[in-house]
Amino acid sequence: MTLDSANKAPWHCAACGIPLEKAKVQIAYLGSAFPVDLLRCSRCGIVFIPEELALTRMAEAEKILEDK
Amino acid sequence: MEQEKLRRLEEKCIQDCAPPCTAACPVHVDVRSLTGHIARGDFSAALKLLRKTLPFPTIIGSICDQPCRSHCNRSLAGGSIEIAALERACAFTADTPAPKILVLPARDKRVAIVGGGLGGLTAAFDLRKKGYAVTVFEAAGSLGGSIRKVGGERLTPECIEGELAVLEAIGVEVELHTKADVFNLPDFDAVFAAPGAAGGSQYLPVDPITYATAREGLFAGGSLLRDAYSPILSVADGRRAAISIDRYLQNVSLTASRAGEGSLQSCLYTNMGSVKPAIAPPRSPNGFTIQEAVQEADRCLQCECLECVKVCRYLEAFGSYPKKYIRETYNNLSIVMGVRQSNALINSCSLCGLCAEVCPKGLDMGSVMSDARRIMIGQKRMPPSAHDFALRDMLFANSDASALCIPAPGKDSCEYLFFPGCQLSASAPEHVEKTYALLRDTFSADVGLMLGCCGAPADWAGRDDLLKQVLDDFSVQHRRMGSPRLILACPSCSRVFRRYLPEVETVSLWEVLEKSGAAPVAAPAREHVLSIHDPCSARNDGRLHESVRIIVTNFGYTIKELPLSRQKTTCCSYGGLMWFANAKVAREVIDRRIRESGDDYLTYCSMCRDLFASQGKRCLHLLDLLFENDVSSSSSRACPGWSQRRENRVQLKRRILTKLTGEVMTDDACEHQQEFFIAADVQAVLEQRFILAEDIRQVIAQAEQTGRKLVNPETGSTLAYHKLGCVTYWVEYSSTPGGAFSINNAYSHRMEIIEGVKS
Ligand code: SF4
Ligand code: SF4
Ligand code: SF4
Ligand SMILES: [Zn+2]
Repeated sequence: MTLDSANKAPWHCAACGIPLEKAKVQIAYLGSAFPVDLLRCSRCGIVFIPEELALTRMAEAEKILEDK
Repeated sequence: MEQEKLRRLEEKCIQDCAPPCTAACPVHVDVRSLTGHIARGDFSAALKLLRKTLPFPTIIGSICDQPCRSHCNRSLAGGSIEIAALERACAFTADTPAPKILVLPARDKRVAIVGGGLGGLTAAFDLRKKGYAVTVFEAAGSLGGSIRKVGGERLTPECIEGELAVLEAIGVEVELHTKADVFNLPDFDAVFAAPGAAGGSQYLPVDPITYATAREGLFAGGSLLRDAYSPILSVADGRRAAISIDRYLQNVSLTASRAGEGSLQSCLYTNMGSVKPAIAPPRSPNGFTIQEAVQEADRCLQCECLECVKVCRYLEAFGSYPKKYIRETYNNLSIVMGVRQSNALINSCSLCGLCAEVCPKGLDMGSVMSDARRIMIGQKRMPPSAHDFALRDMLFANSDASALCIPAPGKDSCEYLFFPGCQLSASAPEHVEKTYALLRDTFSADVGLMLGCCGAPADWAGRDDLLKQVLDDFSVQHRRMGSPRLILACPSCSRVFRRYLPEVETVSLWEVLEKSGAAPVAAPAREHVLSIHDPCSARNDGRLHESVRIIVTNFGYTIKELPLSRQKTTCCSYGGLMWFANAKVAREVIDRRIRESGDDYLTYCSMCRDLFASQGKRCLHLLDLLFENDVSSSSSRACPGWSQRRENRVQLKRRILTKLTGEVMTDDACEHQQEFFIAADVQAVLEQRFILAEDIRQVIAQAEQTGRKLVNPETGSTLAYHKLGCVTYWVEYSSTPGGAFSINNAYSHRMEIIEGVKS
């Protein structure tokens, strides 16, 4: 499954004061982990998951994993 | 669920049984599909279907004595369907080329058929198709026997020759003018003696099931077994003999599983309650014209059961019926590796039991699905998201924040304990207070109060562990109060206590109110018609149905019953936690129920009330009639959201403690809580996403304390996330000039961000 989001987002890390950058991030559910492209603060690691991603592809992936 | 139990349940559903027409037909012509095709004007499909069962459809259609007809359900509403006439119409109307008949590879066994009537020819046809070498011996100069006498005008000799030509086409050998001796055909491996009505000679005793005689390899049947000639019974004879001969030649049991052959009694139930009478169209002398046939076929009721599917939106929504659902459920539970496609099916049922009430066999899909959930829990296969929200809500209702158990003021035990249930406290907390005061008046003050949840959500979710915990905690408190009699306002609580704690004495609030003659604060000014929605958990409580109706009538309202009420009432969609597993179907369930009548609804479960109100139905709770001055505006009171429901419970506990014990609950967190505002449109989104104000508060608190948050430099808004339990919540918010926050949006996911932090 692909969960990658190529979104350019306006978000900056508040703590580090720098814009987020594209990075590979691991997300996991019920024992399965996947790398996804997300925007992330290269200094502290805080990430951004857009609403659209959470409510569509991530929700679908959750359902598939729950039914496995 | 053991395989055995499942099979028993699966067998209960009779939707798959043949309708009366097909069951009674000696060769089981699929009449229902036939009339279906004809009604759509598809005569070719109809003829093709007939050929599946009948070797010579034009002949049978012309002369069938239709034993099926007298069994047709239509006989009760305008007269049986003219089944043979329809078969004839399609045989003469359909414009289909002669069928290609598949003959299996040749077997080195020869069968002799002695007698070229319908029975002999059917056996010849069936056995040849199976690959046997078949020879028909006929004493006369042509095949067909009696059919030439009973055929009538349309069944001309040419027509008969045309139909019988198929025999030659598939390679049946025919010896006309040949009187064969059935006892002396040494070149054949098996013999079928089918002498026809005129044959008359007696052979040996014949087994009525297999048509075997005492003589090895000799089978006998046909019209000689009967007093009157019946074309379709002759066909059935030939078919039965062919099955026996095939088995005999293959050396397998002649007798095994033959109960399904021949005329049978149908076990299908078809509700004739709403069928309007209709009579057959007049028939032209030569039989139905195309138009007449279509019209007649349209009178067929397409008999089937589906009693449960007709009343249950959930069963309908999954597109099939219980027999299939039970099979799917079983398969789902048996999967070791792979996708469990029926999880949604299992978790969407409201467990309301209506199906069992309407099913002619009493099949309760609710208990099937409830068992299935427990098995899934046992297998650790229950999707974690399925009931999570509802179970957390239950735990909250039983947490210190909102649960309470106090004796009658000034005592340490009580004779009665009022248990309003977690949803009444969530929906109308002030009615809990007023009812409690009223009960103390009624019973000379000796009434305690217990706020909390009975454990129904755990029961619905199949979580026996959580249910036991709730009931154990309850029992401890209940004993501490001196084991008082419970006064229950919620029928779901009643059901749980009766089922799991039968030793606890309970009485319904409504019975108490009925007996005490409680009077409403305001009587209806003019006639106010109410349709009563009985909650599904009160389905089997006839006494309660009565109490409620007596109260409503005494209060001065006019009752108009819904078509499905009392024992046959429907679920509001909260039962079984349908709401959390399948919000779409749940909404449809509500929608269907609220359209049943334009009158205001009256119910005695606060969840039913709130859910109907949530979709715009004017609906009252029985306590509204008792306590509200302006009943009319109460009926359009909005359904409080999930957060509001929690808040109502918390505030109820506080007020009661303050009022009755003087105790003031302190809440340190409260003082330092960051204030935030949620606009109505955002709140609606949060409700739909099951995101609570409390979740939002925690995300913001975390973000503001640690500084871990995202900012949008252009708009100045903030986005933060925080994992609470198994769910990660995202909240987007902005600060307001007053130092508070305003919530712009929130969403959540269950997937975990593993690589979030890097130093
Ligand atoms: S109404 Fe149609 S399906 Fe029902 S018994 Fe009669 S022919 Fe058969
Ligand atoms: S009511 Fe439903 S479960 Fe019962 S026999 Fe009919 S189709 Fe099957
Ligand atoms: S929702 Fe009710 S009527 Fe429908 S299948 Fe479930 S228990 Fe039966
Ligand atoms: Zn950072």
